[in-house]
Amino acid sequence: MAILVDGSTRLLIQGITGKTGEFHTNQMLQYGTRVVAGVTPGKGGRLFQNAVPIFDAVVDAARETGANASCIFVPPAFAADSIVEAIDAGIALVVCITEGIPIADMVKVRGKLDSQSQTRLIGPNCPGVITPGLCKIGIMPGDIHKPGNVGVVSRSGTLTYEAVGQLTALNLGQSTCVGIGGDPVQGTDFIDVLRMFNQDDETAAIVLIGEIGGNAEEKAAEYIKREVKKPIVAFIAGATAPQGKRMGHAGAIISGGKGTAKDKIDALTAAGVKIALTPSEMGSTMKTLL
Amino acid sequence: MNIHEYQAKDLLRQYGIPVPLGRVVFSPKESLKAAQALLGESGGERLVVKAQIHAGGRGKAGGVKLVKDAAAAQQAVKQIYGKTLVTRQTGSDGKKVQRLLIEAGIEIARELYLAMLTDRESGRVEVMASTEGGVEIEEVAAATPGKIIRFKIDPALGLMPYQARRLAFGLGLKQEAYERFIKVVTRLSVLYSQEDCLLVEINPLVVTEDNRIVALDVKLSLDDNAAFRHPRWADLFDPLEENSVEIEAKKHDLNYVQLKGDIGCLVNGAGLAMATMDIIKHFGGEPANFLDVGGGASTEAVTEAFKIILQSPEVKGILVNIFGGIMRCDVIASGIIQATEKLGLKVPLVVRIEGTNAPLGREILRESGLAIVPAATMAEGARKIVELVGKRI
Repeated sequence: MAILVDGSTRLLIQGITGKTGEFHTNQMLQYGTRVVAGVTPGKGGRLFQNAVPIFDAVVDAARETGANASCIFVPPAFAADSIVEAIDAGIALVVCITEGIPIADMVKVRGKLDSQSQTRLIGPNCPGVITPGLCKIGIMPGDIHKPGNVGVVSRSGTLTYEAVGQLTALNLGQSTCVGIGGDPVQGTDFIDVLRMFNQDDETAAIVLIGEIGGNAEEKAAEYIKREVKKPIVAFIAGATAPQGKRMGHAGAIISGGKGTAKDKIDALTAAGVKIALTPSEMGSTMKTLL
Repeated sequence: MNIHEYQAKDLLRQYGIPVPLGRVVFSPKESLKAAQALLGESGGERLVVKAQIHAGGRGKAGGVKLVKDAAAAQQAVKQIYGKTLVTRQTGSDGKKVQRLLIEAGIEIARELYLAMLTDRESGRVEVMASTEGGVEIEEVAAATPGKIIRFKIDPALGLMPYQARRLAFGLGLKQEAYERFIKVVTRLSVLYSQEDCLLVEINPLVVTEDNRIVALDVKLSLDDNAAFRHPRWADLFDPLEENSVEIEAKKHDLNYVQLKGDIGCLVNGAGLAMATMDIIKHFGGEPANFLDVGGGASTEAVTEAFKIILQSPEVKGILVNIFGGIMRCDVIASGIIQATEKLGLKVPLVVRIEGTNAPLGREILRESGLAIVPAATMAEGARKIVELVGKRI
């Protein structure tokens, strides 16, 4: 049944009336995602596109529509509040697209997340989650995906599209693609997603896309070595990045010689992961393993 | 955002954490008066002159001088001002000194280490302290890890009194020094959260001969994401510390980092932008920059990005790599054509666009009559631009 989302996912959109929220809600509806509600405080009672009811609060939306997932398009200053609102309403899966949330706010959100077990957060600063053909939550272009059995997990947005595009071109469909986001403090990490892929019968192989900064890839490598028997291809972006400079993503910074691409590639190689030498070879490297 | 030591000390002072008396000077001219005033205020006999750059290792690079009177302080400022310091953190280009901090010297009995930082793995703020102040914490961690006390703060509770006590006992502080340290670390935790810090490192935190606790040197990083709720941060920004092109890029919401090579890159999305640099290098080229126009890649962003890349005289060719996704490739192609027509392009341009309407986008580029080389994949794009730039040398 793939992971995280499928045909039974009932999605609500927080920030549905904003410019970005509106655009991407339409995209998700077109893809066939069951968008059952929207939330914009003060605009409750209206309808989005004459079809999707808008509520003032997540708890009302969830009660009235049975929504079990939320996608957040709320500006950075208010996004942490929106995430916590979704957690308190008991939404099982929260996907936060917003980029630029203060890290101190995310530290508080993470504390909240760690104190409960009902809600999983994906992101923030991520493209979202898609189970091709069944459910798209987020901002990724739906039509590059194809149903299949390769799971994709990534810290990047467009680089994930690149990987998916390559896989689809080689006729390798995807089970689920998860963008965990580029921020230093996140809701879900590589290991969480690897664990789900490892247990998922419909995922036969995994593409992992990492980047410089932090040690999430090294930790993932330890986990892979211990637990994962499925073939994995990895690409790590930023081998040529200079030290101490933030490369776009708040999390992508090599500090004190730690977090380099080489460290990550070495750790993954030692765990039996096949490394794509260039970003153009993520798909073809996977092809050689299947 | 990193800030200068003197700015960080101003913040500490605002939160009631003792720092040495000091004055910042922006030229040697004003330094004599500042030094005389400091000696008067402190009643001391020594001054320290410290170069203000956003990098550690200043002492070893000759950026810190201990002097005995105001005239010597001015002399030291003259020596250091305008000098380019190369430290282990500045890179080989070094950083030019244009601000100096003159401080009253203090009598040091012990040097401690105290830091707070946001740990990305646990998603919590971590406190670290050590009896081994004045040396780099990485060295202490490698040689004597047992001498570092560290723990995490519950985000819902903040620093608990027992945690502050644990630090003070662990550092062997007694009586007045103990009481004063508890105040310092408690106030530091308030500062850390109210000022949206990502790192505050006080090294050394000094115990004086008369049992006062003083932050002798401090490094402080602020979270750029939180700038919207700190209007005062605009004053802390030092444009001389940043690359001028990078500042210009930021105004247009572009993520730009200047690099040493000659192939300009224009990419949407940070991960893809890094991967594009990597693949250029793989084919033997050197990227001139990291440039992320944002996942959406609007026409305006693309035009501004071209302007910024072309400002650099080193750029001998440009690779555009855009995975359009939801943004249509025909729109992006038109944007590229508009930008190049407006700016006049004198270097080879290879464009790889993929996503919705990609074939139409490529056709628009081909039919533009401009010298744009289309590429179907990242690898093809990178190989072509490396070849084209190579040919011109």
